[in-house]
Amino acid sequence: MRAALMITCLGDMLFPDVGVAIVRLLRSLGVTVEFPPGQTCCGLPLFNSGYHAEAAGAARRLVEIFKDAPYVVVPSGSCAWMVKHEGPGLLKDTPLAGEARRLAERTYELSQFLVRVLGKTRFGSRLRGRVTYHDSCHLLRGLRESATPREILENLDGVELVELPGHDECCGFGGSFSVRLPEVSSAILEKKLTNVEATGASCVVACDAGCLMQMAGGLTRRKSQVRAVHLAELLEP
Amino acid sequence: MSEAELATPFRDRAGRALQDGFLQQALTIATTKFLELRREAFGEFPEGDALRDRARAIKEATLQRLDHYLEQLVDNVERLGGHVHFATTPDDARRIILDIAKRTGTRMAVKSKSMATEEIHLNEALEAAGVTPVETDLGEYIIQLAHERPSHIIAPAIHKTKGQVADLFARELNRPNVPADPEVLTAIARAELREKFLQADMGITGANFAVADAGTVVLVTNEGNGRMVTTLPRVHVAVMGVEKVVPSMTDLAVFLAILAKSATGQKLSVYTTLVRGPRKPEELEGPDEFHLVLLDNGRIAQLGGTLREALYCLRCGACLNVCPVYRSIGGHAYGYTYPGPIGILLTAMLNGAASVKDLAHASSLCGACADACPVRIDIPRMLIELRKEVDEKKIAPWSERVVFTLVAWLLRHPALFRLAAPLARVFQRPFARGGRIERLPLFFGEWTRTRDLPAVAARTFSERWAALEREGR
Repeated sequence: MRAALMITCLGDMLFPDVGVAIVRLLRSLGVTVEFPPGQTCCGLPLFNSGYHAEAAGAARRLVEIFKDAPYVVVPSGSCAWMVKHEGPGLLKDTPLAGEARRLAERTYELSQFLVRVLGKTRFGSRLRGRVTYHDSCHLLRGLRESATPREILENLDGVELVELPGHDECCGFGGSFSVRLPEVSSAILEKKLTNVEATGASCVVACDAGCLMQMAGGLTRRKSQVRAVHLAELLEP
Repeated sequence: MSEAELATPFRDRAGRALQDGFLQQALTIATTKFLELRREAFGEFPEGDALRDRARAIKEATLQRLDHYLEQLVDNVERLGGHVHFATTPDDARRIILDIAKRTGTRMAVKSKSMATEEIHLNEALEAAGVTPVETDLGEYIIQLAHERPSHIIAPAIHKTKGQVADLFARELNRPNVPADPEVLTAIARAELREKFLQADMGITGANFAVADAGTVVLVTNEGNGRMVTTLPRVHVAVMGVEKVVPSMTDLAVFLAILAKSATGQKLSVYTTLVRGPRKPEELEGPDEFHLVLLDNGRIAQLGGTLREALYCLRCGACLNVCPVYRSIGGHAYGYTYPGPIGILLTAMLNGAASVKDLAHASSLCGACADACPVRIDIPRMLIELRKEVDEKKIAPWSERVVFTLVAWLLRHPALFRLAAPLARVFQRPFARGGRIERLPLFFGEWTRTRDLPAVAARTFSERWAALEREGR
């Protein structure tokens, strides 16, 4: 099976280890991983701030970049949501409308791809101990997915998954919201991190680079022992 | 909020709210309780989801023929001996109500809780005309004593702790040493208000619904004050946004099944009051005169507008209780009559898109509001549409428009985009320690003031791909 990795802008520049982990993991599962060149950003920041003509430009590029990929795997729920839900809308009155719809159908957030396409829920673990899981808003309420990351975490040997109080509440990132209203964004984050620390977990797992950037930034700032990690970083290839 | 207060930027108003310890305490307790009760109520009610779909469909269909249902409502209210007035603007509405007050010799008006009358700033207008308005909903009574405005759609005094209410009663009602005990405080308010009910000439209410084919105005309340406001005074005036009309009693039943569950987690509110015109000769109670004021105030223009879905709103407040922003800053920081996620949309509807150029961004777009909404209003989507409008009408600051235009251009030029990482590595060198950045200058400092930022990696994924590709062969 062939699949293309959509690395995403944050994934490329800030969390390259996550991308590397995904490539090795998918290869170990017999997937030939491709990385089509020319990738930049899915356009979600533009879309959410109301710059829709500009976001359509990003959507058009994605359709062209990934036109030959049978599957597209995305390490962030929010970017996957952008491709699946907003791309077709942005391009609906253009010659690329059909292509955008087909790209949406072939695009998967990583945990969904592992469980729903590859049918894999058991992985070796790179970590022992207690973890907790934060539901990213776009994965949970956008893509309506809460099961696949938990299925994977519950089946990890030596790992105990404890539910996070307020697991479905926003971490306060919200893209440009985090810098437009940093005080409010941080107040929301503080509540999230207090809940995370109350679980006694050694790390909080998420499937979105935005949430990870926000939670990791808050955790190290408060000198917490808890780490924020991407699901892929826990899985042994 | 006054114009002077609105002149303070939203970000500063929000910042002040975050520093207010009493507010933070009150907000956390109240919103958590509301959202848990709501979750329980729908948890025990498997047909809830289907009824929410049904309610949404009724709203959609009703608004498509709003003129028809309003005509029907007017005919039926008049047939029952009531009077109907149409107010295009808040000014029209105030004038209509003041005229009725003048003609009927009204000196005191008791009110049950109504956001529509808050929207038209009715109390100030009544006071200026020599009519004393008395709020009789406990929360509204508290904030009237405190000379404040509601900070929540259904719990107007949600921002106050019981200790603050005790202090307020001690000061304003001359009750020194009153304990911070809700039961004692309620009993005091009850005794004070009983006198007012008996003295008042006019009762003023809002309307949760109006049933077109029955001419019935429906009030959903918990304290019994609504029933007294509609029966004791000589005159009853109900003020209602035009979108609140529903076709029939069968439709009403659908909304009643989900409204209280969404608002307070109750199966039904304690009182559901159905008002049909003034007292008839054979009836024992009710007013001599009944007036229904239908308020437009920007609603009709949105029937075909981007904010159309906001007209489905039942004013249950569920979206406020689940909103991480509302839960952090409370209602007053928003600065307008309607706070919270739906409040931003309603503010835009009533005051124009320019009024929400900052508020449109007061959301992380987490989607909790849309999930909680009983009629599934897609609030995040409309906030994005508002942001778009603010951008397209060039209401957004030019600096922001330049940045986003530049970003958009960069995204289309991958060769240049790839230069971002090496440039960032040079820029971050003085600031990065152990892969993270604690402090950055300029605009970037907005992030690092409260959080660390991961440093741009020594080698990006793109830069590592060639080696990774070889590894795979």
